[in-house]
Amino acid sequence: MIEYVWLIPVFPLVGFIINGLMGHRLPKNVVGTLGASMVGLSFALTLAIFYEYLHLPAAAKPVEVPLYTWIASGAFKAQVAFLVDPLSLVMLLVVSGISFLIHIYSMGYMHDDPGFPRFFAYLNFFVFFMLILVSANNFLMMFVGWEGVGLCSYLLIGFWYEKKSASDAGKKAFVVNRIGDFGFLLGIFLIFWTFNAVNFREVFALASKYPVGSGIITAITLCLFVGATGKSAQIPLYTWLPDAMEGPTPVSALIHAATMVTAGVYMVARCSALFTLAPVAMMVVAIIGALTAIFAASMGMCQFDIKRVLAYSTVSQLGYMFLACGVGAFTAGIFHLMTHAFFKALLFLGAGSISHSVSGELDMRKMGDLKKHIPTTYWTFMVATLALCGIFPFAGFFSKDEILFHSLVDGHMLYWGIATAAAFITAFYMFRAVFMVFYGESRVDPHVAHHVHESPKIMTVPLMILAIGSATVGFLGIPILHGAHRFKEFLAPSIMYSAGHHEAHYSISFEVGLMIFSMTVAVAGIITAYRMYIRKPELPNLLANKFKVAYDLIFHKYYVDEIYDMAVVEPIKDSSNFLWQGVDVQVVDGAVNGSAGVVAWLSANIRKLETGFLQNYALAIVLGVAVIVGYLVGL
Amino acid sequence: MVVPLPYILGLSVALFALGAIGVLIRRNILIILMCLEMMLNAVNLAFIGFADHFKAVDGQMFVFFVLTVAAAEVAVGLALVVAIFRQRASVYVDDLNILKW
Repeated sequence: MIEYVWLIPVFPLVGFIINGLMGHRLPKNVVGTLGASMVGLSFALTLAIFYEYLHLPAAAKPVEVPLYTWIASGAFKAQVAFLVDPLSLVMLLVVSGISFLIHIYSMGYMHDDPGFPRFFAYLNFFVFFMLILVSANNFLMMFVGWEGVGLCSYLLIGFWYEKKSASDAGKKAFVVNRIGDFGFLLGIFLIFWTFNAVNFREVFALASKYPVGSGIITAITLCLFVGATGKSAQIPLYTWLPDAMEGPTPVSALIHAATMVTAGVYMVARCSALFTLAPVAMMVVAIIGALTAIFAASMGMCQFDIKRVLAYSTVSQLGYMFLACGVGAFTAGIFHLMTHAFFKALLFLGAGSISHSVSGELDMRKMGDLKKHIPTTYWTFMVATLALCGIFPFAGFFSKDEILFHSLVDGHMLYWGIATAAAFITAFYMFRAVFMVFYGESRVDPHVAHHVHESPKIMTVPLMILAIGSATVGFLGIPILHGAHRFKEFLAPSIMYSAGHHEAHYSISFEVGLMIFSMTVAVAGIITAYRMYIRKPELPNLLANKFKVAYDLIFHKYYVDEIYDMAVVEPIKDSSNFLWQGVDVQVVDGAVNGSAGVVAWLSANIRKLETGFLQNYALAIVLGVAVIVGYLVGL
Repeated sequence: MVVPLPYILGLSVALFALGAIGVLIRRNILIILMCLEMMLNAVNLAFIGFADHFKAVDGQMFVFFVLTVAAAEVAVGLALVVAIFRQRASVYVDDLNILKW
């Protein structure tokens, strides 16, 4: 079965081609069913391959499935080939599984949209590229997927392109991603230049001969990490993700929460063999991750658009994953990636269901008291929120706790402190959202209020499935108990520690103590939110007025967008304007138009010689003859 | 008595110059054509003079060619003049200046 791994991305591609070319002529239920079932087939095949892989003898792992040679030019060789190993299997399962549920949800959510077939075509196309990205066996093919998901992200953010803000957000995402992609590409060039190979396993085998901290490896990993910051929305390139919420909600759930934005984490984990050789790069990853975690979380506190709260939360959680990778706990990062995919997809789909019930409203100030109107959405949203806050026994507890644990024992006290503070803020802003949406007094627009309704089954069933996942996937990675962390054991072969890594063992009381502490922090965040938004709803405004400067700073997202505009966008615009108006119009066009002008001026004057008088011509002939004769006789 | 070559050539040059000046300054096409004939005949005179001087018949032969060409030229030229006159009721070259910028 494993040799058919190439079929996994092909299914969605088929769906894309059919829906893309003929979707507008097919009935809606056919389009939706086709789109969803293609991804469903991918998921089923992935499950089958996963099952088969588990039963392979250890010597046969990992499996590489070459399809054909893509480029063979001198020493350079790149194949279209798939790598089946634990890491790619985890990613394939997450991507195809979550995508499948979101496709089903979209059939309900997008039902009345005129762009229905286009939506499913793009969504299928995205899944195709994402599956290529995570199953590639070399950097070049990974880059194809990397660029492809960027393209689909752009297309889907700007899905409602009639809306200026949506098309602007799409462009912003694309441009910011390009900066990161440039770094990634440089990293690939450096890899080829250094190792003469782009295949993961070849590169990692060759890299292991380099000493720890060698300059070239550090340069490579830093370049790769620049790519990761772009795709995974880390400081300094995170600004596109909150704006990406202009896209339809299933897109936010699939691309901008569960799958695409985790590509950077996947890439760092995939290159663990390189990153562990470069302590400097690891430190950069950890610092950026920790800073992003707290920075984005703080911005999430003052947002009123529910999707933007979730977007900042996503950025912050991605920061956690990078922090985990940065301290060397790659499995913890990927574990959090997986659990996060469940509960963040669920949160976004829940937000979609909420806004569906209140006629498309996203502003939490115009919600409230929705709990009894949309019970299914409420319960599933609550499960996801608890999972995100890291409350036992939901999925986020296990993964986040593992990250906190590793950031303390493998990293630095400071990382742990920052991450714990971010966990507090996370709990606060998530419960702030829950309280604002589901509790308190209804602030729903009276026109909307009388037909607040629960979403149809086709939307709530995926919510329920994801809720079950969010509640249970954490048990794949039970800490402390020896042998119970099945996830880590499964993933371990994919993570290569080039510079001898040792699993330190700590006393159980230490681990349990840490867990209880981080839970306490999360509960404290919840209680703070409760006091501010349920007990004393006037408190937030009082605080906002009291700490006006700080509130303004956070409310305006630290003015980062404005600073970028001033420091980067405007200078580029100015220099482009200069190149356009100054260099192009004046110099280049000037030279072209000038030479044409000179010719025209000369012609206008020379043609005056053509007088039309016979005798002028005759005189010219005579003079000509005189000159020639004069010359011939040697005057 | 033999006329010395320089005299013949002098006359030829004088005639040629006279013809050329006529072509350049006269306005009447008929007179211009006549002046052209004068230039051709000045050349003929020079040919004859050289033929006599060098005792060779080549010059005399050329004169016949020139005469033939001159006859043909006058035939075509006069025909054109007639045609132009019918069109524009004028034989003055400064009325015929439309072929210009």
